[in-house]
Amino acid sequence: MATSAAATVSRAEIHLWRVGLLGAFLALWEVATRRGWVDPFFVSQPTVLALQIGDWIRSGFIVRHLVVTLQETIIGFLLGTLLGVAVGFAFAHWQTLAHVFDPVMVALNAMPRVVLAPLFILWFGLGLLSKVVMVISLVFFVVFFSTYTGIREVDRDLVNNARILGASPQHMIRHVLLPSALTWIFASLRTSVGFALIGAVVGEYLGAHEGMGWVISYAESMFNSTGVLAGLLVLMAAVIAIDLGLQRLDARFSYWKPVPK
Amino acid sequence: MTLDDRTGRIVLDQVTQRFALPREGREFTAVEDVSLDVGRGEFVSIVGPSGCGKSTLLALIAGLVPLTAGRVLLEGRPVEGVTPGLGFVFQRDALFPWKTVVENVGLPLLFRGVDAAAARPRVAEWIARIGLTGFEHYHPHQLSGGMRKRVALAMTMVYEPQIVLMDEPFGALDVQTRNLMENDLLELWAQFRRTVVFVTHDLEEAIALSDRIVVMTASPGHVKSVYTIALPRPRSVTEIRFHPDFGRLYETIWKDLKDEVRLGYERSRHGLSG
Repeated sequence: MATSAAATVSRAEIHLWRVGLLGAFLALWEVATRRGWVDPFFVSQPTVLALQIGDWIRSGFIVRHLVVTLQETIIGFLLGTLLGVAVGFAFAHWQTLAHVFDPVMVALNAMPRVVLAPLFILWFGLGLLSKVVMVISLVFFVVFFSTYTGIREVDRDLVNNARILGASPQHMIRHVLLPSALTWIFASLRTSVGFALIGAVVGEYLGAHEGMGWVISYAESMFNSTGVLAGLLVLMAAVIAIDLGLQRLDARFSYWKPVPK
Repeated sequence: MTLDDRTGRIVLDQVTQRFALPREGREFTAVEDVSLDVGRGEFVSIVGPSGCGKSTLLALIAGLVPLTAGRVLLEGRPVEGVTPGLGFVFQRDALFPWKTVVENVGLPLLFRGVDAAAARPRVAEWIARIGLTGFEHYHPHQLSGGMRKRVALAMTMVYEPQIVLMDEPFGALDVQTRNLMENDLLELWAQFRRTVVFVTHDLEEAIALSDRIVVMTASPGHVKSVYTIALPRPRSVTEIRFHPDFGRLYETIWKDLKDEVRLGYERSRHGLSG
């Protein structure tokens, strides 16, 4: 980032620009639909959207569906991460295993998960399970590849030093390999959490009876553009909130790293 | 441990190490036919041109890389794999970046199953000795290069190894810090009298610190000559340079070393050296 005071635009100024541009966009949207330049049937209207979201919050409708989606996201994310770390460690530990299954991993990862979603729904039903599996299928690979790289890229001097200092294989995992892999896992955390949410929503969108994906899909089937856009806005807000939380978490866990200047 | 003539002794008996260079389809001989006997409490430096296998020699003694031929005896026992009783100070300070100063220094004790209550005073003592009291809860990235080196030294000394191997430990430090560290090392060595094998490419450093200097040839590295440094102790690395014998020793050893340095340089320029 530029440090020269003259070249730096102040924070307040940036905020002002952001709010201003957003306001102008919303105003234009509102005016365009009111004046009949654009049909609100297709693009809805900011005031109508605000009313819709307010309504959803008051009735508790949106909270219920958001909770369902977040539940699938969190369960799938945790299981996918655990599985990714475990398999990543196994691959790093047993080279033969890695050599045999490496192409399988790459091939599986290359498969578009969105297309798999209908199969998951067929196999695991319309409920929670199929969404959790969908989330796992996305999160697992991100975490697996990070863990595997993290362990393979661990500083050789550190491993040698630990061996000389008397580390047992358990010590090596606990004090050297895991912390080293964690930095990679954390680096990919924001990606994997994003994937988790996408997995849950896509799963719901393609077949469910609750959750944010279902809300959007249902509105769509009714040609209700307000419902679709309001659902998307709620999801967007959720993603931003999660991302802010993760940024804090990342700062907490990378306490030993030099602060980037 | 009973002290006999095996304690702290390192014997290298016709040690050779080769490794395959699969891409070039040939073998590379890192060290060839090296024999050396280092006694308890002796400070021996190994000097030689870069790429002559001096670091490999240390790795062989530590059991980090396997021997191709010959044997290494540590306190009378042949080396098979990593010997945990040994101390090794790496060229780059191999501190654990996710651990604080206390945690780093205490780590070898934790690995050895020393319980926390018994470890705490030993760790505190070493942190005080290296002058880092007050920095206990800092992470390595918050320390200067010299401080990190001192932590690495404390981490090695805290479990009281009889043998300490050092691979160009002060190479990355600025000259002033380096001289301070060298003096600290000499003081520690005088106090604890451990066997030290010290690899460096800096002849002045080697003369100032050592009892004996081993000159290695350009690759494949073998022992060219061994010099005894009979300069008086205790020494200060900054002052010993003005001792009348220092210049003479430097001249003699440098004459021996410079041909190898030139040879090593020529080879590296022509891409012949691995």
